[in-house]
Amino acid sequence: MSLEVGEIVAEESFPLTRDSLVRYAGASGDFNPIHYRDDVARNVGLPGVLAHGMLTMGAAVQPVVDWLGDPGKVLDYQVRFTRPVVVDPEIGAVITVTAKIGQIDGDQARVDLTVTSSEQTVLGKAQVRVALPQ
Amino acid sequence: MTVNPELQGRVFPPTEPYLVGREKVREFSRAVFATNPINHDPEAARAAGYTDIVAPPTFAVVVQELTLAQLLSEPDAGIDFSRVVHGDQRFTFTRPIVAGDELTATLKVASIKTLGGNAMITAESSIVDADGAHVVTAISTLVVRGEE
Repeated sequence: MSLEVGEIVAEESFPLTRDSLVRYAGASGDFNPIHYRDDVARNVGLPGVLAHGMLTMGAAVQPVVDWLGDPGKVLDYQVRFTRPVVVDPEIGAVITVTAKIGQIDGDQARVDLTVTSSEQTVLGKAQVRVALPQ
Repeated sequence: MTVNPELQGRVFPPTEPYLVGREKVREFSRAVFATNPINHDPEAARAAGYTDIVAPPTFAVVVQELTLAQLLSEPDAGIDFSRVVHGDQRFTFTRPIVAGDELTATLKVASIKTLGGNAMITAESSIVDADGAHVVTAISTLVVRGEE
């Protein structure tokens, strides 16, 4: 595979609704009510119901997995949770991911993710170390 | 209530073995928009060289969660759960998690730092398979917000 630093290898958007949050709560076991109850979110001073940070992290790596063609080629994945994603009860929210080659070392690469919602970055230092397909 | 600095370096007992079910992997895959056939179809997974379907990279959080529950319920930890925010997260893999794996996790408190009124706890959970071979290490930094 011939690649260059700075090259965009994947771009994708994920629409999130309250249903997505309930589905992730069930699948992950994280039933914190700030992810599905407006009253609880309001009472703890949040601007609204938030997506699980781990849902955003989980979705954001998928365009890279699809590009690689194999989830087992992800060697290391890290993010910093910099801004919450508020999921409106009617219109939901959209997460947009751009994956760019940050560094190439032999048969591995570092892929840098830019992850935004409502034009604001929601994950910082989002980096995926991958084994490049042969 | 403040976070106990003596937690630094503490190692917790290994969690009960967690058996990774095929339907659980499919359910988690649907929840994180993982549509690759290797995440859903055992035939596709075998064709790619795996024994069964492969979990998405962040699935390790399900096993790591068992260790974070140990930390948060430690009687002398001084961690008020309602003030905890997830700061950052990292997964470092030796190999991906596959359906049928029986996984055990051991948590170590790698560091505790205080910054302003907040405490930052870095917890490292090392996840091994039934043979004791390393699968993935999950590292979380939890920020415990101070009282206003």
